[in-house]
Amino acid sequence: MYDFAPLIDSITSYLNTNFSPFWAGLLAMVMLGLVLLLIYAVLGLYLVYAERKICARMQNRMGPNRVGPMGLFQTIADLIKLLLKELIFIRNADNFLFNIAPFIVIVASIMAIGSIPFGKGLQAIDLNIGVLYILAISSMGVIGILIAGWASNSKYSVIGAMRSGAQVISYELSVGLALLCIITYAGTMQFSEIIASQQNGWWIFKGHLPAMIAFAVYLVAGTAETNRGPFDLAEAESELTAGFHTEYSGIKFAFFFLAEYMNMFIIAAVATTLFLGGWLPFHLFQWQGFNQVMDFIPPVFWFFGKTAFVIYLMMWFKWTFPRLRIDQLLALEWKYLLPINLMNLILISFLTLMQWHF
Amino acid sequence: MEETLMDIELKEKEEYIINMGPQHPSTHGVLRFELCLLGEQVKYVIPHCGYIHRGIEKMCEHLTYPQLVHLTDRMDYLSAHINNEAVALCVEKSMNVEVSDRVKYIRTILSELTRIASHQLWWSAFGMDLGALTTFFYGLRDREKILDIFEESTGSRLTQSFITPGGLMGDVHPNFQKRVAEFIKYFRKKLPEYDQLLTGNVIFRERTKGIGIMSKEDAIDYGVTGPSGRGSGFHCDIRKIEPYSAYPFVEVNEVTLTEGDTYARYLVRIKEMWESLNILEQLVDNVPAGPIMLELKAIKAPKGEYYQRVETARGELGVYIVSDGGPSPARMKFRSPNFSNLFIINKLAAGHKIADLVAISGSLDLVIPDIDR
Repeated sequence: MYDFAPLIDSITSYLNTNFSPFWAGLLAMVMLGLVLLLIYAVLGLYLVYAERKICARMQNRMGPNRVGPMGLFQTIADLIKLLLKELIFIRNADNFLFNIAPFIVIVASIMAIGSIPFGKGLQAIDLNIGVLYILAISSMGVIGILIAGWASNSKYSVIGAMRSGAQVISYELSVGLALLCIITYAGTMQFSEIIASQQNGWWIFKGHLPAMIAFAVYLVAGTAETNRGPFDLAEAESELTAGFHTEYSGIKFAFFFLAEYMNMFIIAAVATTLFLGGWLPFHLFQWQGFNQVMDFIPPVFWFFGKTAFVIYLMMWFKWTFPRLRIDQLLALEWKYLLPINLMNLILISFLTLMQWHF
Repeated sequence: MEETLMDIELKEKEEYIINMGPQHPSTHGVLRFELCLLGEQVKYVIPHCGYIHRGIEKMCEHLTYPQLVHLTDRMDYLSAHINNEAVALCVEKSMNVEVSDRVKYIRTILSELTRIASHQLWWSAFGMDLGALTTFFYGLRDREKILDIFEESTGSRLTQSFITPGGLMGDVHPNFQKRVAEFIKYFRKKLPEYDQLLTGNVIFRERTKGIGIMSKEDAIDYGVTGPSGRGSGFHCDIRKIEPYSAYPFVEVNEVTLTEGDTYARYLVRIKEMWESLNILEQLVDNVPAGPIMLELKAIKAPKGEYYQRVETARGELGVYIVSDGGPSPARMKFRSPNFSNLFIINKLAAGHKIADLVAISGSLDLVIPDIDR
């Protein structure tokens, strides 16, 4: 049920029969690009809206409620405002780097979206090294941040960029190792196969305690990698005003803003795929009726539901915790998360070797 | 060796100096810190003040005593009542008159409410300085209740100018006592939430414990008073040392801690809120009847010099009046707590990280208009 593969196959065969291979490939790419960009923009806007609503709930406020029903069009209005704003050019700044930085950040997150499985067969490209690809692409964003801080020719921005660089590079390690745990269990890096391996139980449940530890570590490290609170040192509003994007205005600022939210989505989507069974429905042993009802809910809803849950957790962190200091942040990674992770990996390798997972 | 001009220029080239302020979210106003950084580390901090100097002390020389009370609201706008009270007490002292017990009680209730409101706003902003944005809304939610009480009785929410030499501007609203009693009950329930949200947080404790340690000697040397000084074990509560208004009638417990770090200064303020609630509880049901204004021919200090100090939410506020017997003072001087509290910042923050500087300046609870006056 709800398999998107036939739909995509029929589109591909239509293109292949009616166009020459070159044009068919080009058209397919353009269509895919447009769809992904659309998903990207809509998701980004509504993540901002969700964050504003959720933090409002946590702070005894209403949140946006004027533009459209329940303020649903508020972020669209904000986007239009940002599009119309003046782009400020700074004297003495390195203009080429200054202009290219937001694009690097946003392109990195758009490329990562391509390999995320939204549903059965609903995936732009199913790479056999999907996890590695996501890790590689999403860590490219930090180059953009470093360039932005450096090219702004502002002292605050440089401090923000340097913090961000140190942070992302260290936490990348934990993210990778936490994902490696599940790769060890599943024995593959391909997203579709990882999901297939969770057919009779999600990894967070059937991976025993180590999988849960890996999930917790991944969540912490993932939050840190996206530069979100309580790890938002790169921005650190009360210390560096806005850190690396202090000097940006208009749509360039919006790019940084959107990329931050989409990186959060990517982190949550990867967590969903690897730990929470991706688009697979929730099943209980023996409960046939319950399982059938669960099957009836389309996979896309399952995927977005689980991702929304992980995103909610990350927003919860942000709105209740104070910010860490830079040395505490690095100590947390190198002294706690990394050793825990390595031990965990050894444990998981042992479990996998003995075939002790379900 | 003497430092030549070229040496200084060279130093400026070598050192990484940034300006924190005058427009910066964590200086809470127009204060400028000149920071010299060594990577993330702060080498030294030079506070520059004077951005909102209005010459209040000079302006006072041209106003009559009841008029100049209105200017004191604009100094430390978060303890407006207490500032008014300081001037009123000083003028009353000079004229050698004593207000009725009713006035004393109401003045003290208003002062303690002001102290709680000020600490609530400080708590909110301190959380924000550390990156916990939600505290701001929790604090303001409860502060609103106090401001409503002020609005009902004094007609104003921030700059009340209600306490005046000789008594009060008017009588309080009939609901006043009832609403204060309701607030005590309400806030007793809400105050533990503050601890749940911030005090118990691991990150918060890590960020504040052992940061910016101020020894008792330093506190005395720099004249750091109020909760900041009491966090270092400096007994400086004027309510206890020189009780004024209705404080002699109630039991006041001075909150002091000896650690002297940012966390101690934080805890002192949280405990002071509990203590203020206790004081309010002792006062609110016992407000006696009586006149609210003394019947005086003219309110003016006789020739001489007079000094009165009170405990504001931030420390010791001293009012010094030099009078030549005229309707307005010949010279007026305020010993404002924030001015003294500010200048210890270099001693506390040097050697720490930028993030710690923000935490330390937050824990000193600076109100900039009071520094510049």
